[in-house]
Amino acid sequence: MKPIEIKKNIYWVGALDWSIRDFHGYTTNKGTTYNAYLVVDEKVALFDTVKEPFRSDLIQNIGQVLGSRQIDYMVVNHVEPDHSSSLPAIMEIINPKKILCTPMGKNKLLEHYHREAWPYEEVKHGQTISLGRRTVKFIEARMLHWPDSMFSYLEEDRLLISSDAFGQHWCTSERFDDEVDPSALMKHAAKYYANILLLYSPLVKKLIDTVTQMGLDIKMIAPDHGLIWRGDPLRIVQAYGAWSEQKPKQKALIIYDTMWHSTEKMAHAIGQGLAEEKISVQLLDLKGNHRSDIMTEVLEAGALIFGSPTLNNGMLPSMADMLHYMRGLRPQNKMGAAFGSYGWSGEGVSLINQAMEEMKIEIVDQGIKIKHFPTQKDLQTCEELGRKIGRALNEKI
Amino acid sequence: MDKYVCQVCGYTYDPSKGDPENGIKPGTKFEDIPGDWTCPDCGAPKEMFEKES
Repeated sequence: MKPIEIKKNIYWVGALDWSIRDFHGYTTNKGTTYNAYLVVDEKVALFDTVKEPFRSDLIQNIGQVLGSRQIDYMVVNHVEPDHSSSLPAIMEIINPKKILCTPMGKNKLLEHYHREAWPYEEVKHGQTISLGRRTVKFIEARMLHWPDSMFSYLEEDRLLISSDAFGQHWCTSERFDDEVDPSALMKHAAKYYANILLLYSPLVKKLIDTVTQMGLDIKMIAPDHGLIWRGDPLRIVQAYGAWSEQKPKQKALIIYDTMWHSTEKMAHAIGQGLAEEKISVQLLDLKGNHRSDIMTEVLEAGALIFGSPTLNNGMLPSMADMLHYMRGLRPQNKMGAAFGSYGWSGEGVSLINQAMEEMKIEIVDQGIKIKHFPTQKDLQTCEELGRKIGRALNEKI
Repeated sequence: MDKYVCQVCGYTYDPSKGDPENGIKPGTKFEDIPGDWTCPDCGAPKEMFEKES
């Protein structure tokens, strides 16, 4: 895609990746974009690069904007390879006077590309540089979501180049939030938050406070992935504020897998009980729902109910995968319970209980395990479990 | 005095040892470390630490 002028003399010069479907366990069903931004002033600055296979897109875009003009500053807001792996090739071509990054950014660049001779210049939180008519202020955003993460704020343009924060893995020919379906956009933004930033929620809250205290007037937010926020940039900031609070809603997820449909029948009965307590409930079969899509739903759920039969003295591999992934993302303020069928040993439910304890999920009930096929009475017990969780959730909210 | 563990990388802050390289003297309680101190291993801020259980 050709360069797009997003503000006067500020260009999107990134690349579109329509084909990518997996980002280290996060399924990107609609691809993604690698956004890089070129600011042309008395000095020329490039903010981030693109994933290495797309480097020629970036080089062509820079050439179209600049012609034979040189880039003075290479700003590295984030070192993760989808934004920096073009650097070794790009540095040979653009040969900037300085690479501007945080002290952690310099360490990370050295650990990735081992180039001691690059012209690094470390910048501190709140430091500014002048590009001529424009001033760039650097805002350290440590662990959002890497130690090196930084935002760059262009004061005169009121533009926040926000690194991975406020991004979405969504490849579109449009570049701005007000050109696409707003509900689809928020869904992609929520998935990004739930799968990348959820565990850093305490820091998200702190960063929003810091930015508020700095009094930045933000009219546009340009993240490193997906659409640029210009229609209503504060909408995504407010959403981040709400997501970082992790306040439970009247929403329950029944996440399960089944061998011979017994655990599935239990899932339906528990769902019935929850619905009777006016809880919005979703049944998420692990065979048909990807772990990263389930995490998007986890974001606002108040209760998580996990179901797995016992297989070879353990839970099903799909459930172990889900719980392992979820544990790393550390959801907060959830309540839950476990259920499942078994044939002889029956460890599934107690192993899920253990995993919930480790995740600090409040266990409402020790759970239900049923030998082989459930009876009508067993299913009534499952419905009652659903009602019990529903009552507990209603009380909490 | 309680030890605190970085939830990002697993580094343990031991108050009896402190973090002298970064200006935290041995014997400093975790609660008394300045707010701008960060994990010496991964750079995560103080908020990402939890008391060792």
